[in-house]
This record gives sequence, C-alpha cells and structure tokens, in this order.
Amino acid sequence: MQDHIRHDILIVGGGLAGLRAAVAVHDGGRDVAVMSKVYPIRSHSGAAQGGVNASLGNHPDGDDDTWERHAFDTIKGSDYLADQPRAETLAREAPDRVVEMEHWGAYFSRFEDGRIAQRPFGGAGFPRTCFAADRTGHHLLHTLWQQCQKRGIVFYSEWQLTDIAVEEGRVAGVVALHIPTGELRAFEAGAVVLAGGGHGRIFSKTTNAYINTGSATAAAYRAGARLEDMEFVQFHPTTLFGTNILISEGVRGEGGLLYNSDGERFMESYAPSVMELAPRDIVARAIRTEVNEGRGFEGEYVHLDIRHLGPDVIKSRLPGIRQIAMDFAGVDPIDTSIPVQPGQHYSMGGVSSDEDGRTDIEGLLAVGECSCVSVHGANRLGGNSLLETLVFGKRAGDFALTLNGSGGGGETRALDDAVTRRRRSIEKLSAREGGERQAVVRSEMQDIMTDHVGVYREEAALERAVTELLELRDRYRRVTLDGSASHLNYDLIDTLELEGMLDLALITALGAVERTECRGSHWRTDHLGRDDGNWMKHTMATLGEDGLPVIDYEDVIITSYEPMERKY
Amino acid sequence: MKSRTFTFAIERFDPESGGKPRVQEYEIELAEGTTVLEALHQIQADLDGSLAFRYACRGAVCGSCAMLISGDVGLACRTQVHGLDTSVITIGPLPNLPVLRDLVVDMDIFFAKDAAVQPWLQPDEPAPERERLVPPEEWGEAEPYTNCILCASCHGVCPVPSRDPDYLGPAALGKHYRFLADPRDTADGKRLKLVDGEHGVGGCDTVWRCVRVCPKGVPPTKGILATRERLSPERD
Repeated sequence: MQDHIRHDILIVGGGLAGLRAAVAVHDGGRDVAVMSKVYPIRSHSGAAQGGVNASLGNHPDGDDDTWERHAFDTIKGSDYLADQPRAETLAREAPDRVVEMEHWGAYFSRFEDGRIAQRPFGGAGFPRTCFAADRTGHHLLHTLWQQCQKRGIVFYSEWQLTDIAVEEGRVAGVVALHIPTGELRAFEAGAVVLAGGGHGRIFSKTTNAYINTGSATAAAYRAGARLEDMEFVQFHPTTLFGTNILISEGVRGEGGLLYNSDGERFMESYAPSVMELAPRDIVARAIRTEVNEGRGFEGEYVHLDIRHLGPDVIKSRLPGIRQIAMDFAGVDPIDTSIPVQPGQHYSMGGVSSDEDGRTDIEGLLAVGECSCVSVHGANRLGGNSLLETLVFGKRAGDFALTLNGSGGGGETRALDDAVTRRRRSIEKLSAREGGERQAVVRSEMQDIMTDHVGVYREEAALERAVTELLELRDRYRRVTLDGSASHLNYDLIDTLELEGMLDLALITALGAVERTECRGSHWRTDHLGRDDGNWMKHTMATLGEDGLPVIDYEDVIITSYEPMERKY
Repeated sequence: MKSRTFTFAIERFDPESGGKPRVQEYEIELAEGTTVLEALHQIQADLDGSLAFRYACRGAVCGSCAMLISGDVGLACRTQVHGLDTSVITIGPLPNLPVLRDLVVDMDIFFAKDAAVQPWLQPDEPAPERERLVPPEEWGEAEPYTNCILCASCHGVCPVPSRDPDYLGPAALGKHYRFLADPRDTADGKRLKLVDGEHGVGGCDTVWRCVRVCPKGVPPTKGILATRERLSPERD
C-alpha cells in the first residue's frame, strides 16, 4: 500500500467555508491542505448573487441597525427552529467577517460616501445586505482564493472524497479518488473540516450546480455522524423558467415586482406589508399557489418585472441577472419581464455541528451548507449563507488549531481498512455487467424529490416517495458502468456519489413524513399550522445497523427569543 | 417546445492509451433551449458514459466548461444548440492546453500563470477598523477585470501561447491590471516589473480576440495597453 498523504488539518471542500477555514488554520501556524473535487474557484459559492448580511448600518434607512436585530430577524426567519445562541454568533461576528473580506480585496459595491453598499433583502425591514453588484459570491470566492494563493496553501484539486475513517470515535483521515488519474489514496489528518456544500442535486428542479451532490454530508453520515433537519429544503421563489438558474433575491431588493398571468401583483394577498420582500418560503408558496390556481403562465411560471428600474440601475446593480436572462431565457429584462418559478435552492439540513464546527465525531468538523449549526432553522434568510461560510469557516479553522492530533503517527488501521474496502467495492462495481446505468436511477430520484417532496407536501405523496426511493436503492446495487477508463472516469464518480445522494434523499423524505406540522420551508397541506407543542425540535438521522436511517429528535436551544407567530 | 435531431462530432482522445485523437459522432434529439453542456450530459447519460468533460455551475459563472464549439471557443453551458444554425456540431477541447482526455485539458499551466502575477491585494497601510473608504469615481476602472472567472477562453483564442509557452497570457495580464487599477493596491512598482517584457505585456499581439471571446465582458487587451502606458515612462 502506498504511503498516506499527511496533513495536520485537512479541509474537504474549496468553496467559501473551506477556504476561510484554511486561511484561519494557516494564519494560526498549523499545517493545512484543502481537498476539492473541482478547482476551488469552480465551487458553487461563486454562483451566489445577492449579497452577505452584516449590520454595518451604512444605509441611512438602516443606520441604527444592530447585530441583535440581525439575530432576531434570522431567528424569526427560521420559524424559531434555529438554535438561538448560534444565530446570535452569526450576527455578532458578521461585521468583522465582511469588513475583513473588504480588507482582503473584495470588490464590494459602494455608496457615494465610499462605504460598502447595502440593499434590502427578504426578512429584514431595511438595507442590511452588503453586495458586489449581483456577483457577490464570485467576488468573495475569488478574493479568498487569492488570499490562499498569497499564503501558498496546499490544494488537492479534483480529488473526490469517498470515505471518512474513524478510529475509536476519533477521525483518522479520509479516502479520496484523484479524478484525473483514478488513483485512490488515504489522507491522514489530525482534524478534518468538512466544507463540501449542499446536496440540491437530489432534486430535478434546482438552482444548484451539477456538483452539489452532498458527497461530504453523505460520507459523514456513513462514518456515523448525525444529520440534522434534512427535511428543511429551501425552494427559492425566483429561478429562471427552463433552466432553474438563480434569479437573485437582490432583484426584488432593488425593486423587482412579481405579477401573475392576470397582471396582478399577487404578493398583496400573501404578505401585504412587505410584499415581494417576504422571506423565501412565503414567496415560493405564493407563486406555487398562483400557478396551482390557474394564474400562472403556461409552463408554471410568473413574471418578475424590473423594467421600471430603468437601464442604468439594471446595468449597474443587476448586470449578471441581465446576462443570465438574455443567455438562458432569451429575454432582456430592460424590455421584458423575467419568467420565474420556485426551485430547490439551499439545504438547511446537514451534518449536525455547533458554532465551532464540532460534530459527533471527535476531530471531524463541518461548516457551510453541508453542516447544520443550526442558524437557518426551517428557513434561511437570503444573505445569511455567504455569511455563514465566513463566520463558521473561520471559527472551525480556529477551533481546529486547538486540537492535538497531527497528520501522522497515529493508529491508521481504520484508514487502511477504509481504503481497502473502497478499492474492492470499486473493483466489484467495475466488473459488474448488464445492469442499468446510474444516470437512469439518478434522474428518477430527482423527479421523485421534485414531485413529492417539494414546496407543498402531504402524507400519501411523501410515503410514496419513501417507497420509491427504497426501490431505487435496490436498483442502485445493480447499476453498471459504461466504459472502463482508468482516469477521468466521470461515470464512476457519478455512481459513487449517487449512493450518498440516495441516502440524503431518503432521509429528507423520511423527516418530511414524520414532521406533521408546517414550519418555514416544510409545508404540510394535511397538517396546517406550526405545532410548537410537539415539534419545537430538530430531526436527527443516524445510520442504523440495517443500513437504513434511524430518526430521532433533539430540543431546539431557545434563550432570548420566545417563539411568536411569524407574520410579515 | 420544438426539438430537432443533431449530430455531435466530438473529438475523443486518451493520451494514456497511446492512440491518436479521433472524432466520434453521436446523433441526439434536443429540445429548443438546450445548451451544449446539457447536450453533452445527455450524450454521457444515454449514449456514452465514457465521454469526459468538465462542468460545475451550468450558469456561466464557474468557468469549467470552455471548449471549441463549431470551431469557436465558448462556454458549453452558455451556448444554445439551436442557435448554432447547423445540425452538425463539432466539439473539441480548448486549444493551447494539453489534453488529459477528450474535452478535459490540463489547467495547471493556466493557473500557474495566474499565480505568477501575485493576484492578491497588496496595500501598504495596515487595514483600518472598518472598510477602506473608496469614492465611487475611483471605483470602476478595475471593475470589469474583477469579473474574470478564469475559464481560459481567452487563453484558448490567443495567438501567442502557441509560439511562446512562457507568455503570461490575457487572463493573468487582465488580472494583473485589476490590481494595478484598484485604488486600494499600492504595489504598482513591484507589480509592473512582474509583467514587463516579451513574456508579459510586451508579448501581446493586440488582436483583441480575448476581448471578443470573454463570456464576462473582461477586456484584457485594454488592460494590457494601459499597463504598457504605465511602463513606458519608466523606460524613458
């Protein structure tokens, strides 16, 4: 067996959370490396558009903003499922993390006085969202990547994580496959920070990149970590009809209006005081209802209109959106409304972790979308996900510095076993013949999730989803590869990832069946209303001995904010 | 939606097998609105799982899928199949970089050029407690260059790399100008030295191909010419 690759602290994932953690570890003086299945700047953080929340108070309409107000808005937006001290940490540390990105070179848009510009977003009553045109994620991701280049941080690009090895309750390292060569290797590490992103691709209609398959989340689950609140899936109200590419909430923040096919500004019936700037779950349901009741356009979409903003504002504040609408829908928003519909956008659930990234497994930390801290609860506010990556990426990096383990010298039997097991399973998969392709199973899973585990949910459809997903897991065991390339074998990578996606899909559907209430993004048409008496708790999924998830519950941490009815 | 049958003639190559590049044809029916990237995915899923190509966001922001499409360099995700006005679409890897397999090229060479211009903000004063204040009139010159997604389309169309492998290339030189033009960056003297000479801004043929091909509106040639201006008085 080849020597293991060794690092004190290994980060898995090269998006914003992973890069921010890497910078923290490097600046703390420890040996660190980042593994990513793509080149880091290809990460989906770069697709974030609208902005990042921080109570800077730079806009006259929000100059009395405080982090406490930000924390309250986040908790209310979460439909009171967020763990309150953690939401407070997110809001309290936001200004420092955002200003730091400016210091590192992020090209934020500016107000006339030279300060970072802020725009209104859903769930906050005034401008709190800092932005760089409508390409905030791109600017932040490239800035952090540049800071990593400056520090000479080691990257393992195009390495696909397959397994996390645990030795006596402590992380020992990971197994990964080098996509360009097909080489399978063990990475020994004293601590592993998972920052693998979300898993939106378990749905067919999603704003997520092809790469958002949740491979880190699924690997943590297989290694014994608990997954939290997986049934809470954010459906973004405005994704482009056809491709479901994201059309930023910033469009509504800049004054974009929603119209149905009768020409009515329908948000008046759903959130009369804040209209289009209601939180995402509310706007997504409003659009679905309009479509379901026959007031959508053919193809199940509504219109997002920004013509009244005029060419100057559109070109300076929303240039990326204009380009997307022209490239992918053939409409120029200066002259024509944008056709939009809800689509899966963000995974509130993930690897259960705390404000320092700690999971159930010692030495294994999780941050960013693959984690569930939980600060977003049942519904994430726009502008809080970029923020989460920066705040908890840094905190996890700082915490990793305090862990004693180093890469090397420890017991590695679990890691050696994990490599051997994975090698054998790949050999077995490669030798199998005559079965169906993974792509067929994948696409059926995605349709099941979109059709039955979507914006509106009810028991019969959810039960059906569970049954069908269990069948797909059986079919998955017989899939065969097409071709036998030793390197750059994407059919192999896709097949390995699908195993985890099926786990995540099943856990999502199971959690949704069990939760008989409406809270945030989880809306049960057969159980209307929030049920704080029974459901003020997090859903926890653990891998059972029979290979199926075991569902359990844990109380929400409530400190300063009494749950109230959530009205906008 | 209207659908039509297309022939995709895709360059296949595996340098490890010792064979030569060959063209493989796939016939596929595609609905209007399908992008080249979606077509490649459909081919990979339905017809040939061994086809290798890179992708991530499918929304023209990640920079993964630059390739040759009907003879022109472009992002596969941003190119509409029906907009190509032909039923036979040729697909090849991005030029000027070694092929690893099929449509996947070795990007390490390209990223090394980016790193060579020290693409990070270098201010000489310690950071203030809050953000640095930049008046809007100084905020703008660098902006177009900040939108680079490092897709290497510009590198693929540039005439220089094929005769000078050490040429920094339009992406790196554009990135260099992004920092030169940033009012917060004060390392101009040091920066200019990094790109002086024939492998730097002196090597550009100023044929503006990079500007035309850029999917994000970055104008590297313009930045290169502005950098030359900045260099010339120092030569005098």
